[in-house]
Amino acid sequence: MPLTDESLARLDLEAAEIIGRYPKSRSALMPLLYLLQAEEGYISATGIEYCAGKLGLAAAEVAAVVTFYTMYKRRPVGDYHVGVCTNSLCAIMGGDQIFAELQAHLGVGNDETTADGKIILEHVECNAACDYAPVVMVNWEFFDNMTPSSARRLVDDLREGNEVRPSRGPRRLCTWREASRILAGYPDGQATDGPAAGPASLVGLEIAKEHGWTAPEPAPREENR
Amino acid sequence: MTELTPVLTAHWDDPEIFTLAGYQRTGGYQGLRQALELPPGDIVQMIKDSGLRGRGGAGFPAGLKWGFIPQGDDGPRYLVVNADESEPGTCKDTPLLLASPHSLIEGAVITAYAIRAERAFIYVRGEVLHVIRRLQHAIREAREAGLLGRDILGSGYDLEVVLHAGAGAYICGEETALLDSLEGYRGQPRLKPPFPAIAGLYARPTVINNVESIASVPWIVLNGADSFAGLGTERSTGFGIFSLSGHVTIPGQYEAPLGITLRELLDLAGGVRAGHKLKFWTPGGSSTPLLTDEHVDVPLDFESVGTVGSMLGTRALQIFDDTTCVVRAVLRWTEFYEHESCGKCTPCREGTYWMVRVLARLERGEGTEDELEKLLDICDNITGRAFCALGDGAAAPVTSSIQYFRDEYIEHLKGGGCPFDPAAATLFGGGSDQ
Repeated sequence: MPLTDESLARLDLEAAEIIGRYPKSRSALMPLLYLLQAEEGYISATGIEYCAGKLGLAAAEVAAVVTFYTMYKRRPVGDYHVGVCTNSLCAIMGGDQIFAELQAHLGVGNDETTADGKIILEHVECNAACDYAPVVMVNWEFFDNMTPSSARRLVDDLREGNEVRPSRGPRRLCTWREASRILAGYPDGQATDGPAAGPASLVGLEIAKEHGWTAPEPAPREENR
Repeated sequence: MTELTPVLTAHWDDPEIFTLAGYQRTGGYQGLRQALELPPGDIVQMIKDSGLRGRGGAGFPAGLKWGFIPQGDDGPRYLVVNADESEPGTCKDTPLLLASPHSLIEGAVITAYAIRAERAFIYVRGEVLHVIRRLQHAIREAREAGLLGRDILGSGYDLEVVLHAGAGAYICGEETALLDSLEGYRGQPRLKPPFPAIAGLYARPTVINNVESIASVPWIVLNGADSFAGLGTERSTGFGIFSLSGHVTIPGQYEAPLGITLRELLDLAGGVRAGHKLKFWTPGGSSTPLLTDEHVDVPLDFESVGTVGSMLGTRALQIFDDTTCVVRAVLRWTEFYEHESCGKCTPCREGTYWMVRVLARLERGEGTEDELEKLLDICDNITGRAFCALGDGAAAPVTSSIQYFRDEYIEHLKGGGCPFDPAAATLFGGGSDQ
């Protein structure tokens, strides 16, 4: 879709700022793509042309990058991207069953969007939260230790517009487009929300404290070499 | 009994540790203050003396890597922090950055100062939105406090840190693919040599280190190389985060000296889940060959894990009990490698594709025993012949599972299908979900 003059004016300013972060302009391509994904919800042909124009690249060079990375979507995906980890550990701990039940519950297959345009369901690879398996991600926020029923409730709440809180994330779940904007380097002011660490992240520390175990204290003052 | 040694994880239970004020209350940025008093070369020597080896999986000595950076010309040098944690099973850098982003920034400033870099990049995987918020926030706080930017703490040293979000490609954890990605290209590995220390980002000298490696630096500066070297084993020094996941009673993060054993860690973690026995595990992510219950007393250090045919990797201990079908686990990992293969080299691109086809048939109980040999033959054509380590990683679960569980593959063929009930392996017991 064409970008309005108003959004183009803002995008031009932000694109200049993003390009200015890097010693060489081409490095700005990935955040620029996120910026366009935030604007349009996905990477359209217009978005590709826009980035190519800003960086002096051919559209084909930009498209080659877009298609390499799975987090850039080439078609509208709705407000909520629901990713179920089905890499081996999460799959075995229940991710396979969660993914199968969500497909049936939502009536969509992998990488498909629900009829109301609210949710795209996708199976994702290891999301670095194995100690919280099985894990579901919504717009790349953590939903830990999920079950088929808690996952169904989660997507129902998302579709009904009920409040949903990530396990280790901010109070307010942002939309897909807002998430893309954060990825482009524009914070949404929610960094200090949520816990410093989830329960599983602390188990070793708690055991160490119970036993009075600490790392060795600073070596006896012989000045550090 | 090896005692846990919380250093990186020591203050994660402080709900404000991710803020500058919270971090400084625990002594944060004292390492930086001390480092800026020293000549850069002394810090490189200190890291060499500490024995710190890369915590991202490969275990290359960090100080040695820093020492390779040529000094003397006027061109830029760069530090790139690899925060693209994506190896299946690996889940240590993500909680570290969520809880304690300033420990990474402090380590990054010290490292950049030591190698005389003028700019540092943190390449963080895109799929961890709240980690990215915390890093953005921490960088802003540090800049406002004069801990980044021009004339840091009055030292005359300048450093800009740029946060760069990846976009969902496992291969970008490979350091040269990461550099291509950071330069705005498809993330595909480069031919080495030249190594990044000579021609890295924008073909300039570049140090690339994992998050945990960099975050360990302030403690070493404050406590001395000897304190670090005094922990762990002779050649695998220091502390590290061990991540237990899967069929273990208390999964989570356990920070301990390298050389602790799985038996000791399982004791602390309440053992394998009740009523079940350990079947197989990965010492350091899915790219490290599987080990079994024979190996619970192997010291988890780089050398000892190597001697039993695997690798320490990222200390991502994925625990699978006797309800788990090894063929299913290996098929899933192989599907992952097929999906993540960048396509640059033939052995990996084609090999992972065909391994998935063969493994899927075997899991369904189709095919013949000869196909196990076919799988091993494909692995033989990938291992050591692929452009980067992703190929070797893809072969590791296949070869090791056939080594230890050949009978289980054959059982699938004899029975015409998988003999395991997937529901029994789940956290919630399959149907018993309320």
